[in-house]
Amino acid sequence: MLYREVGQYKTSYAADMAIFPILQDRIGLAAILLIAFVVIPLVGHDFLLNTVMIPFLIFTLAAIGLNLLTGYTGLLSLGTGGFMGVGAYACLKLTTIFPHVNIVIWVLASGLFSAAVGVLFGLPSLRIKGFYLAVATLAAQFFLEWCFIRIPWLYNYSVSGAIEVPLRTLMGIPVTGPTATSLTRYLIVLSIVVVMTWVASNLVHGRIGRTWMAVRDMDLAAELVGIRLLRAKLLAFAVSSFYCGVAGAMMVFLWYGGAEAEVFAIDQSFLVLFMVIIGGLGTLTGSFFGAALIYILPIVLREIPAALGLPVHPSTVEQLTFVIVGVLIIVFLALEPNGLARLWQIGKQKLRVWPFPY
Amino acid sequence: MRAPSSREVRLGEALLAVENVSLAFGGVRALTDVSFDIRKGEIRAIIGPNGAGKTSMLNVINGFYPPNTGRITFKGEARTTMRPYAAALGGIARTFQNLALFRGMTTLDNIMAGRALKMHRGFFWQLIRHGPALREEVEHRRRVEEIIDFLEIAAIRKVQVGRLPYGLQKRVELGRALAMEPDLLLLDEPMAGMNLEEKEDMSRFILDVNQQYGTTIALIEHDMGVVMDLSDRVVVLDYGRKIADATPDEVKCDKNVIRAYLGEPHGISA
Repeated sequence: MLYREVGQYKTSYAADMAIFPILQDRIGLAAILLIAFVVIPLVGHDFLLNTVMIPFLIFTLAAIGLNLLTGYTGLLSLGTGGFMGVGAYACLKLTTIFPHVNIVIWVLASGLFSAAVGVLFGLPSLRIKGFYLAVATLAAQFFLEWCFIRIPWLYNYSVSGAIEVPLRTLMGIPVTGPTATSLTRYLIVLSIVVVMTWVASNLVHGRIGRTWMAVRDMDLAAELVGIRLLRAKLLAFAVSSFYCGVAGAMMVFLWYGGAEAEVFAIDQSFLVLFMVIIGGLGTLTGSFFGAALIYILPIVLREIPAALGLPVHPSTVEQLTFVIVGVLIIVFLALEPNGLARLWQIGKQKLRVWPFPY
Repeated sequence: MRAPSSREVRLGEALLAVENVSLAFGGVRALTDVSFDIRKGEIRAIIGPNGAGKTSMLNVINGFYPPNTGRITFKGEARTTMRPYAAALGGIARTFQNLALFRGMTTLDNIMAGRALKMHRGFFWQLIRHGPALREEVEHRRRVEEIIDFLEIAAIRKVQVGRLPYGLQKRVELGRALAMEPDLLLLDEPMAGMNLEEKEDMSRFILDVNQQYGTTIALIEHDMGVVMDLSDRVVVLDYGRKIADATPDEVKCDKNVIRAYLGEPHGISA
């Protein structure tokens, strides 16, 4: 079927303002959801679910979170790792104190804690911008990391100093802990990510999204049309940190099953930031592309020699993966500085007018 | 040109009064003891040579700079300092000399952003973007489409404004200001850098805004032809001081104004 919008007339503003106004896009989205919810669980084995899909989805959620802040509101943050950590530790404390409440609720509620922390560290954003704000969020990152290591109460005084995820069930099925199957965890992660992506897209396509983008593009004019800068920026920090916090809680509870404070170190902040930049600042699809490129691509590359039966030493493969991924990142950014989402858009535009050049 | 007498009837009392406003940046005196008023429904021009303090005057009016002395009365309420947000809330909109559009957003989103103050649906409804939130969007979209029709920019509705030519960007910026449904519209050189045709279009829009919506307009402009044709009254600033305040015809003949623009008159007849 051709990717064409000819003949698809809109008779109301609501239809024109739909997030996917073109029918083919909606079909594509339905197909992706079908694959994610039905096909992958049916054919997927542990490796695909546990090593590829779950982390990919979690990183996507974190990237969406950072993208709301950096891509949509124009506030550069290096505290992502710290905010993810707040989510993880909040989730641990909540489920320790109230063990009988559904863990999914706690995963989501832990986002509220990181939202609060995010707002706190977002306060300087009214006065400082750009790299200086990034440095301020860096302070948040180091402070939070320090808390994760130095406050034993946070990790329930465990001897190793790490989070140990307890067994929690949902209607009798183990969801977290060592006995939970990867399929259950995958479905929960997928559901949370799908719902939160939908919510994020609602936000950015409405009044609040316009407010954020106005602040990003020209804060002077934003104030002039009656946007309160501090409020808009703090809201962006809150929502962004909420997403990062939920991603962090899922990372520990639904993927690792246990983690030390190093997981939420500055490396994690940079990793998510790279995903956002390579995927495309200010686009939600970009967050998926970015997470896929940075997280899934190395896994695929690592598997290729084995799949082809080539006798290459594992460490050589490891090194080569770094080189190839690095080169690809540079190539993609040189090709399209606005990220993979922009390439995708250009591709769709070309398809739309095909076979004519414009 | 319109006969001043017929408009005199429509013009109401003072909407905004500037009294003895002075503004200095360190040792540089941008404005010295400037007083004038803007009456309801009029088109008021502020002119003067480069560096006369015209833009500073607008910045004082809409709250970017607090004046060092003097006060400003808007809608009968006197104040000395004000945040731009409060100015927006009070009904003052503005465009900039060097465009201050949201470059990464579409024309539609830019103008919709101008309605920020009029949209109230809370965070929860924004999360699901159905029901009241969507109804509100649609309702405001309808108003925005009227503005788009009015400014004849329907074709660029969904184009990112950063990619538009300069003349159209100016028009979008006017659209964003109109979306606020302001009582007072401040235009800082709306025709700078435009060709004749674009200037004529823009003049038409300004007159239409004034007549159809009854919006009071204060404009800074260097094109004297435009100023003389559009404005009801003209304030002339030079080196931060008011040197004339009269109708366009009177200003044209004013000795001080001619001196400010042309230097000392050596045998030039006014």
